[in-house]
Amino acid sequence: MSSPERSSTPMALIVVAWALVVIPLLYGLVQTIRTASALFTG
Amino acid sequence: MAVPGFLARDRIVAKPGFNRWLIPPAALAVHLCIGQVYATSVYKAALVADFESSLTAIGAIFSIAIVMLGLSAALFGTWVDRNGPRAAMFTSACFWSVGFLVGAAGIATNQLWLLYLGYGVLGGIGLGIGYISPVSTLIKWFPDRPGLATGMAIMGFGGGALIATPLSRQLMSLYDSSYDGTAATTPSGSAVALLFVTFGLVYLVFMMFGAAIVRVPAEGWKPDGFDPSTVKSKALVTTDSVSAANAIKTPQFWLLWIVLFCNVTAGIGILEQASPMVQDFFRDGDASLVTAAAAAGFVGLLSLFNMAGRFVWSSTSDVIGRKGIYMVYLGVGLLLYVALATVGSSAVWLFVLLAALIISFYGGGFATIPAYLRDLFGTYQVGAIHGRLLTAWSAAGVAGPLIVNGVLDTQGTPGELVAGDYRIALFIMVGLLAVGFVANLLVKPVASKWHEPKSQTSPTPERSAAR
Repeated sequence: MSSPERSSTPMALIVVAWALVVIPLLYGLVQTIRTASALFTG
Repeated sequence: MAVPGFLARDRIVAKPGFNRWLIPPAALAVHLCIGQVYATSVYKAALVADFESSLTAIGAIFSIAIVMLGLSAALFGTWVDRNGPRAAMFTSACFWSVGFLVGAAGIATNQLWLLYLGYGVLGGIGLGIGYISPVSTLIKWFPDRPGLATGMAIMGFGGGALIATPLSRQLMSLYDSSYDGTAATTPSGSAVALLFVTFGLVYLVFMMFGAAIVRVPAEGWKPDGFDPSTVKSKALVTTDSVSAANAIKTPQFWLLWIVLFCNVTAGIGILEQASPMVQDFFRDGDASLVTAAAAAGFVGLLSLFNMAGRFVWSSTSDVIGRKGIYMVYLGVGLLLYVALATVGSSAVWLFVLLAALIISFYGGGFATIPAYLRDLFGTYQVGAIHGRLLTAWSAAGVAGPLIVNGVLDTQGTPGELVAGDYRIALFIMVGLLAVGFVANLLVKPVASKWHEPKSQTSPTPERSAAR
């Protein structure tokens, strides 16, 4: 019986995929924290 | 309805050795884009000025989109389950992008109906299909941590507004030099139209990336070291399967519908009114202790807790169980609402803390519901069942603002309201949370008469389509 075809997901693809979603999210977080800080300073 | 070969479910079955951690970014790529729907307030004033229309007429664009979200998720849920996540993400990307482009044409030609049709109807369909597109796939890839998996994706929906709000301001100030990104100036209609074109194109590329990398697990796949019997041993968790058509005949589905409706309505009660509410609670004569800038900061803080709650509480549900976490959302949420109504005006920090926790429960309620459905009905058609349940969101989107605005209209004039004027609305929310709490308590395992025969629950197109 032949074993099913195996593959491995390139680590670079996983890193790029996560970077593409995390970088915009970090941008949004930083901007929102800057706005939210007005609650304690303004 | 058949889909082209490159979108078909059988073309994206993962080979052994595939790394499942590629799936959350695929899901996030979609949810981060469609979460833009919660950033519409950023150009609301510009559209009112451009169309020489009312806030109500412009606000209807958002309402149409949310109603279409619920309707399309309910109508196309079975199609999504049958054809898989790539077809769903692709379709969602097309509708969401075309919605923006048609909306841009509406703004450019001053045709409000085109904006309703584009962003509201077409975009709303993209929202509904996109929202449910990765959910059942994530649950199948993460049978050991379904709450964490769906929490990650649905956190992205909250995160989408966090990105789109500041990005919209920056892009509109780029397209209109007279707009400085603050509330003191209003961007022109053409700047909003260009913003829509930009979003339509950028979101199309981003969502297509998600569609390209998403995969479904092979039949019978399970994570290394995962023992399904440990899941079965937990209360309320089934390894059986219930079809979407049968799920809506069970009391469990309608109890969860009530739970979601009550939780979302209560959360919207605060979200809808957040900025004026914090100022009204600390009003002293004509002025408020909380400035307009600080109130905007409060709205930002709520967005952060809304997003964080989706991930943190949904992940926690993997440990304490779905019924337990909803007892927290609804029971503790009820107590927090009582505190808000009675002692919330005693200190700004207390008001902010109470509201932030309530909103984190609101976000958590959205993110945990797919895992609750999976526990009760199995993974067989969980996407379609989730889609049908999202009609509760549409209903809450209408009921929440109606309750709050309706009560406040009887209490006084906006700009002159004080903390006491909110008390009736807040206690109505307390009542709603109590109803949701009881509904959650009544949830029991689904009767075996609704279970599919074991041999017929593979995700075959024919079987799913017929039911």
